[in-house]
Amino acid sequence: MSSAVATVNKGLFGGFNLRQKTIMLTSFLSVLLIAIVVSSTFIDDNALSTDFESKNLAPSLEHPFGTDWMGRDMFVRTLSGLGLSIVIGALASSISTMLSVVLGLLSSMGKIEDSVVSWLVDLFLSIPHLLLIILISIGLGGGATGVIIGVALSHWTSLTRVVRAEIKQIKTQEYIHISRNFGKSRWWIAKKHILPHLVPQFVLGTIVMFPHAILHEASVTFLGFGLSPHEPAIGIILSESMKYLSAGYWWLAFFPGLSLLIVILAFDVIGENLGKMLDPKRAHE
Amino acid sequence: MKHKKLGFFMGKKILKLIFLLIVVCIASFWIVEQSPIDPVRAYIGEMSIQPEQKEKLEEYWGVNTPAHEKFLNWAENVIKGDLGTSLIYRMPVTDVVKERFKASLVLMTSSWLLSGVLGFILGIAAGMKHGTLIDKAIKTYCYILLAAPTFWLALIFLLIFSVNLEWFPVGLSVPIGVASNDVTFFDRIHHLILPTITLSLLGVASIAMFTREKLIEVMSSDYVLFAKARGETGFDLVRRHGIRNVALPAITLQFLGFSELFGGAVLVEQVFSYPGIGQAAVAAGLRSDVPLLLAIVIISTLFVYSGNLIADIIYEFIDPRIKQQEMRT
Repeated sequence: MSSAVATVNKGLFGGFNLRQKTIMLTSFLSVLLIAIVVSSTFIDDNALSTDFESKNLAPSLEHPFGTDWMGRDMFVRTLSGLGLSIVIGALASSISTMLSVVLGLLSSMGKIEDSVVSWLVDLFLSIPHLLLIILISIGLGGGATGVIIGVALSHWTSLTRVVRAEIKQIKTQEYIHISRNFGKSRWWIAKKHILPHLVPQFVLGTIVMFPHAILHEASVTFLGFGLSPHEPAIGIILSESMKYLSAGYWWLAFFPGLSLLIVILAFDVIGENLGKMLDPKRAHE
Repeated sequence: MKHKKLGFFMGKKILKLIFLLIVVCIASFWIVEQSPIDPVRAYIGEMSIQPEQKEKLEEYWGVNTPAHEKFLNWAENVIKGDLGTSLIYRMPVTDVVKERFKASLVLMTSSWLLSGVLGFILGIAAGMKHGTLIDKAIKTYCYILLAAPTFWLALIFLLIFSVNLEWFPVGLSVPIGVASNDVTFFDRIHHLILPTITLSLLGVASIAMFTREKLIEVMSSDYVLFAKARGETGFDLVRRHGIRNVALPAITLQFLGFSELFGGAVLVEQVFSYPGIGQAAVAAGLRSDVPLLLAIVIISTLFVYSGNLIADIIYEFIDPRIKQQEMRT
């Protein structure tokens, strides 16, 4: 243990302990992600205007990600695409979390409710996620709503399972039995005794769900479902770039995808670090 | 005794499957029914037709019949084994699905095997050298792979190996402009390599991480300590006590991954224009081919269910230890 600390405490951030460093890294990544979203909303149409004099340029200092076949700057397009993806991912995973809160609590109400919920989980896991999202987005007639609802409806299962297991464990506690003997209703117990224990799970669950939601959103838009081709979503940018691959315009596909990868990794790291900090058993890691 | 138990188990599973299929059919039919798709438009495409013809077609596709009647008609045909006619391929859905699924099965099986073997080896290597540079390298590699969008990896591979190096063809499962009888076995393999590698990458990461964790857990157990005390070292120790304990859970996990495999196949087939079931699903979805889409939903449900069933059988009958562990927690 001591040797690990000694090696960690060298270098530029030597003055801080591991926990402080974890907090710093997490805040840095959060600021980065927020900056992407905020700056993407400020991009005006001028920056995305077509300029045929500078089309299909390889990456340079002026256009760090190059330009596409209409002379639009790929860096700006990628940025606004990432912003859109993050917003859609946020909406989808919030809806998904709410679903798992409701269903998780429902499963704690009684035996029948519990088997209904676990049957629902099995049902939604029985179709491949991607196919389910495609189905739902067709059913809702396409558009961003279709994608958001589709992603939300296909991601609640794992968190519901976690919540269900957690509730089962809490229910064996002494104070639940005492409360029941006092004549409190099941719903009252669920609200007052069980829900507060689950709040950290929900916060964490949403953040852990985020990268999956974004990946699925990008995949579905890449396949051509949901968002219209005018919107600069990452999936659409990448599916457009396919037409120019054989022409050798590698930057059209490389940079947007790499940025998406970095955003997803950032969410992974934030989720893992928050998990460590919220869980006292793992806080020293 | 054992046979009776197995029979009971299988009977229960089959009943469950039938019930699941009924619910999936009703649900997906209902979802598609909600959509503002006009089947007549989907069938004729952009052509203009006479109003009388349109009426005939509307009657044929049952535009004006109520939804539950339409469902019953469809369900009756499905039970008879007739899944309808595909709107985009203009042939029976059963034939389309059969042909496409065969192509996909080749792709999925080869990448499933590849990812299983490669992931297991990487996981064992990382777990054996726990905490060293090799371990860290494999772990970082897996983290990045898990975060990378499958279709982007496919695009990058296409760029490097097909466009720049020209080692592999840009797409399709057979060369263009060659009669199907002249396609050699080698051609098929040649067209399969890149999609297979791309599809297996995702599975490699999850199986490697799992194997690594498990192996570390096993290696810190008491019996491994005893084995070390007896003088066993190195790879022999891992082979005798580690791999045997880790292999079965890893294989189970691999079977549980059928759903992800199918989703990955959809994306990979799309990028490499590989004529499999995933590409058909996307085409059916984009061009509103409802009968084909519903058939693909059914076949994918069966596919995922069979993976879960095999994993369950491993749980119940091959490895009693897993069941015991579950009961304790």
